[in-house]
Amino acid sequence: MSDSSLDNLPKGWKSVPNDLGSDQTAFKGVQWGKAMMWIFLLSDTFIFSCFLISYMKGRGSTVVDWPNTSHVFSLDFMGVPVPLLLIAIMTFVLITSSGTMALAVKYGYEKNRKMCGHLILATAIGGLIFVGMQAFEWSKLIHEGVRPWSNPFGAGQFGSYFFMITGFHGTHVSIGVIFLFIFARKVYRGDFDTGRRGFFTTMKSDYVSIEILGLYWHFVDLVWVFIFAFFYLW
Amino acid sequence: MSDENDHKLEAKSDYVADAPSVSTPDIDAVPEAELPDQELYHSHSWWTTYVFSQDAKYIGIQYALTAIGTGLLGLVLSWLMRIQLAFPGLGWLEPSSYYQFVTMHGMIMVVYLLTALFLGGFGNLLIPLMCGARDMAFPYVNMLSYWAFVVAVLVLLASFFVPGGPTGAGWTLYPPQAITAGTPGYNGGIILMLISLILFVAGFTMGGLNYIITVLQLRARGMTLMRMPLTIWGIFTATVLAMFAFPALLVGCLMMTLDSLLGTSFFMPAMVSLGETLTHEGGSPILFQHLFWFFGHPEVYIVALPAFGIVSDLLSVHSRKTIFGYRMMVWAIVGIGALSFFVWAHHMYVSGMNPWFGFFFATTTLIIAVPTAIKVYNWILTLWRGNIQLSLPMLFSLGFIVTFLNGGLTGLFLGNVTVDVPLSDTYFVVAHFHMVMGIAPILVIFGAIYHWYPLITGRMMDETLGKIHFWITFLGSYAIYFPMHYQGFVGVPRRYFEIYDSPYIDTSTLLLNKFITIAVLIVGAAQLLFLYNLFASARLGKKSEKNPWKANSLEWQTPQMPPEHGNWGKELPKVYRWPYDFSVPGAKEDYIPQNQPPSEIIGAKVEKT
Ligand code: HEM
Ligand SMILES: [Cu+2]
Repeated sequence: MSDSSLDNLPKGWKSVPNDLGSDQTAFKGVQWGKAMMWIFLLSDTFIFSCFLISYMKGRGSTVVDWPNTSHVFSLDFMGVPVPLLLIAIMTFVLITSSGTMALAVKYGYEKNRKMCGHLILATAIGGLIFVGMQAFEWSKLIHEGVRPWSNPFGAGQFGSYFFMITGFHGTHVSIGVIFLFIFARKVYRGDFDTGRRGFFTTMKSDYVSIEILGLYWHFVDLVWVFIFAFFYLW
Repeated sequence: MSDENDHKLEAKSDYVADAPSVSTPDIDAVPEAELPDQELYHSHSWWTTYVFSQDAKYIGIQYALTAIGTGLLGLVLSWLMRIQLAFPGLGWLEPSSYYQFVTMHGMIMVVYLLTALFLGGFGNLLIPLMCGARDMAFPYVNMLSYWAFVVAVLVLLASFFVPGGPTGAGWTLYPPQAITAGTPGYNGGIILMLISLILFVAGFTMGGLNYIITVLQLRARGMTLMRMPLTIWGIFTATVLAMFAFPALLVGCLMMTLDSLLGTSFFMPAMVSLGETLTHEGGSPILFQHLFWFFGHPEVYIVALPAFGIVSDLLSVHSRKTIFGYRMMVWAIVGIGALSFFVWAHHMYVSGMNPWFGFFFATTTLIIAVPTAIKVYNWILTLWRGNIQLSLPMLFSLGFIVTFLNGGLTGLFLGNVTVDVPLSDTYFVVAHFHMVMGIAPILVIFGAIYHWYPLITGRMMDETLGKIHFWITFLGSYAIYFPMHYQGFVGVPRRYFEIYDSPYIDTSTLLLNKFITIAVLIVGAAQLLFLYNLFASARLGKKSEKNPWKANSLEWQTPQMPPEHGNWGKELPKVYRWPYDFSVPGAKEDYIPQNQPPSEIIGAKVEKT
């Protein structure tokens, strides 16, 4: 393209719709699956926002006081109740698994099958630990009498929102873990190198799928940070 | 890919008499392909071809037929309700049945008919064809989307057969009464309704991702966004709205399901029911209203925007004229879509909210009327001095403009808090939303079906039957809904199962109710005519030529009509212009398809797009 035609392109803000609206693809060089995951995550963001906003509204309008969360969520460690102990570990594990996921994507694009597979497996295990610890926390709370409809510490809505939102998030993590295991197997088997076709979708495997799964995984972590802040720090 | 072979100019340049004899091949250049050609899924068995089809065209037809079938049930329910209203005291319906029918009618029409038909039906059929793609981006997930919709419909229908019957809470499903004794279906039907909605949202999300990504990432060479037909703009924007509005519905449904099944109190305040104090305490019913309407208002535009888009194209094709103000139309669609997320509480003026809150939402509501009005002006200016063909799609499009204008004007009344408060929950609201969201989009759907029928079946629908269908439907709708505006003004409340002679009800209302019901039954009968036409024409209809309406958009330019699997044969189309070059001075024909290379129309004064 000659310089003069470049000069004809719109400048400043006008260039944004112009670029987006240009030929064939709106996001240049972005594989469609990746764009699709981004849109899905945006939509999912709205789901979690609705949950958290409802939680704020619900918490603000109960007739009974909200339970003292630093008391409810504390864990006895050698006889001393330590607030936020369990949750700190959970959060640490989940964030770490985001790191291993990012590395897996890098090794995937470098076609380093072994490292990529190991790291995906590590991510999956991190996720499993997180879900396990969440199950532990749920059962601890249930033991102490916290139910979705009532609890001994205060407003019944505490249990309602807690179980619903962490449960919804935990479901996200669990689905992610399942896919991580499937992908680990696919990586080890070399599907992404040979372009083997998906069992259901019949589409060719491509390393970009690992990045797409990574997007999902990072999103689930990010949402957790918000849930953490809203439930445990407020 | 090499383009050399496509530029055999010498042979073609005699299209226009005084064409310059030399022209550089450059004028036909389109940008290089950015993507490799899409790989297609090929079915191997009867099941994967016709049932679990992954071809967007099939999925679109499947969606459309399922939606229309469900819509027919909604139609029959409306007849039953109207008979009850016309003849109170006859004991035609139990009060509980009346409420159940109102509820199911409303929900079916809004979600399972209109949303599914516009986005699932027309979206699947038209997006790949009009964008010049071979199929949706992710056909497997697209197929799942349809089947999730089928399951959602089945769950909804199942609620007719559970003890207590379907829910009678009204399509807005407001708690606490939706899940409290006294409301029909409060512990069975409502659960199935909520589950069905959750399934619908899940299924829609799978389809919606496909619609969005196919439009954004899979267009043909040369198809810039500003060359897309407005139909695609409408469906695309509506899908984006749906992706961001349905989450609120999903969350609301999930929370109400838990309230009902687990006894949580998200939406349930402390209550005394049948003399007993319920165990619920401390929940917020208003929260549900916010969630519902954060979905509910965008939802009305999810239905309206595809109708806007489709009608723009129908008007342009059938008046052989360029759409007036294309860019303005696009920005209006996008602007309405964005604004529609900031007006939801105009449905809650009587919920006891802070007057300042109402003031804010009245303002945003009235602002949204600006882009909407722009669109109406542009439709009329498109017709202005056009070569108007009174074909069926044109008739229905004209019907749409007046009907939509009518409903939009009553919307302005309702948008003002002080005017809305007395009108809220009266038949005026019923008249408003049926005009604007019931009749207007349905007229577009009919027009669109008459228009695209040859593309699907290769045959035309019968013109005479269609005209009868149009006039009865159009005039009949006015006979039905005009009187309702008046009824609303004299204060007849909506959702009452029996309106009989009383000091509070004007006697004219009773007579009008009978009149409306007769009109309803006649209009209903006309729809049977349409159904007959729809199914019989597939075999008996006159064979259609290729591109029977002489339209420019890509769906009519496929090598075969009806298009085959993969749509485009060997080579994907290349796009050189927008789809609105009609009656261009200097051109041989009065239309120039989007994929006709410039070298073939030398001399025509086309607008640069
Ligand atoms: C100029 C544009 C519009 C304005 C200002 C407007 C305003 C309103 C207002 C204020 C209400 C609430 C009335 C009440 O409950 O008291 C309402 C109800 C409604 N509107 Fe509109 N509207 C407009 C356009 C539309 C469009 C385009 C659609 C659909 C395609 C639509 C569909 C509905 C529906 C379905 C309801 C009733 C919901 C229910 O209560 O069951 N409106 N409108
Ligand atoms: Cu609204």
